[in-house]
Amino acid sequence: MAQEAPPAAESLDPTSEVMSLQMGPSHPATHGTIKFDLTLDGEKILNLETEIGYLHRGFEKMCEQRTWNHVVPYTDRLNYASPLINNVAFALAAEKLLEIEVPERCQYIRTIMSEISRITDHMTCLGMAAAEAGAISVGFYMMETRELLYDLVSAVTGARLTVSYARVGGVTQDVPHGFAERVRDTFGDIDKILSDCDQLLSKNRIFIERMSGVGAISQQDAVSYSLTGPLLRATGIPHDIRRSQPYLVYDRLDFDIPTGTQGDNYDRFAVRFEELRQSKRMIEQALEQLPEGPIRVDDPRISLPDKKDVYGNIEGLMNHFKLVIEGVKIPPGEVYIPVEGANGELGFYLVSDGSGRPYRVRVRPPCFFGMAALGTMLKGHLISDIITTFGMVNMIGGECDR
Amino acid sequence: MELLSKAESAFSGKIVESHTHHDNATIVLERADLIEVLTRLRDDPEFALNMLVDLSAVDFFGQEPRFEVVYHLYSLRLNHRLRVKVRVAEDEAWLPSVTALWKAANWLEREVWDMFGVSFRDHPKLTRILMYEEFQGHPLRKDYPVAKRQPLVEERDPIANPWNKK
Repeated sequence: MAQEAPPAAESLDPTSEVMSLQMGPSHPATHGTIKFDLTLDGEKILNLETEIGYLHRGFEKMCEQRTWNHVVPYTDRLNYASPLINNVAFALAAEKLLEIEVPERCQYIRTIMSEISRITDHMTCLGMAAAEAGAISVGFYMMETRELLYDLVSAVTGARLTVSYARVGGVTQDVPHGFAERVRDTFGDIDKILSDCDQLLSKNRIFIERMSGVGAISQQDAVSYSLTGPLLRATGIPHDIRRSQPYLVYDRLDFDIPTGTQGDNYDRFAVRFEELRQSKRMIEQALEQLPEGPIRVDDPRISLPDKKDVYGNIEGLMNHFKLVIEGVKIPPGEVYIPVEGANGELGFYLVSDGSGRPYRVRVRPPCFFGMAALGTMLKGHLISDIITTFGMVNMIGGECDR
Repeated sequence: MELLSKAESAFSGKIVESHTHHDNATIVLERADLIEVLTRLRDDPEFALNMLVDLSAVDFFGQEPRFEVVYHLYSLRLNHRLRVKVRVAEDEAWLPSVTALWKAANWLEREVWDMFGVSFRDHPKLTRILMYEEFQGHPLRKDYPVAKRQPLVEERDPIANPWNKK
């Protein structure tokens, strides 16, 4: 019986022609419904188009239906890794519209909590990225340190992730007794784990070769794509809103801004790692300087009363009722307030029409811009480099598509 | 304040309105002048507003013109910010695209188109970015109902009509 001739050798060669491949939308390494449309030459990426998926929760639309303080819990969900920064940014923007300034103690507490949040965010990013690159132990160690910090967060706010801590005009409650000692104890534990992680990664040949020279972006492209935060600093631009346009009490704290030189994944990793140390420095200084005093503005038209007044007397109850039902009356106007989020510039553009509800809430999400630049970062690299680069962009679904 | 007066003298006759509420310098432009002014703001070393930090829109439903498209610019070198706004009417809801000036504008303009239905001429690929292509309407318009549902696939009762049975 005549046998069929075997196919020609070149038609079996998968690298002989360009291949289209869709990665995602539920790939285990892309936390969220991200889809990459890849054009490949073998394993080499010729083109990468990113689709950020349809998780869209309509954050901005929901905010228009609620009072100003009702928006605070929604801002938690923008970024589960650093919800306190989102809380604080929104409150700062609303306060700017009201033209009020919160008491000094509150500003210090907000600064401390924002920096704790930055550490937990960087821990999540670095730990997950290391685990995705194969260093699973580092992933576990980083998660452990993050848990230690979440204990502090829950001692202050009563929750670990859905903190809802900031309010227009202050914060919900003061830090607990002995908080400063507790933070210092926790930092003692964290230092040891961090030095272990440093030793496991910083001179690890496999890790360096997977990160170094991969996913690089030039300074010019980084600016054109409006990259901010660690992604911009890794290219060598020392731009940090905490320094360039200080808010809260950052102008009273001494800290360095780490930068990279290559703008690649290794620099992004190194910048974030150094920022962990800088944030700890800032928290220690802020705890030293923490003054006594009130934690919210003394104005019943703006600040919610203490819970003991709500349950204890009729004035407190009425005050609470009016503010919850009608909302804080913010005069008509518009404002844009940027803060240094863990991923970059987090901005709130608010428009008020004078009612108790925001007319428009626009969030400037930092990782949205990093995702837009992903194609440029990855052109010419291999499929496996998508994982590490995506990890270093640190996309958070809630923030990216809101 | 200084930045605003500089902009006012540089673009006299092109600025429809300007203000500095809450320390945010703002200028309002006509659509026809947008590209020219933004290019100069980016390239002129006096302004050096090299970063398009944000691009969004506001729907002033019931007012004329209805939409306000808002550009937030930032200068890395001079550390100042400027807000540029353009107002567009509902029946003429389009602007020239600034994707040639900033790469970040690509996704931002797609988002404004998706959410508000303001389109951008000369955009390389003006498709929806947050919603799916079959989605009807633009959700951040004030007249889009909050609770409206738009299932992509036909809804079915899995008990009366199980998935594994035709």
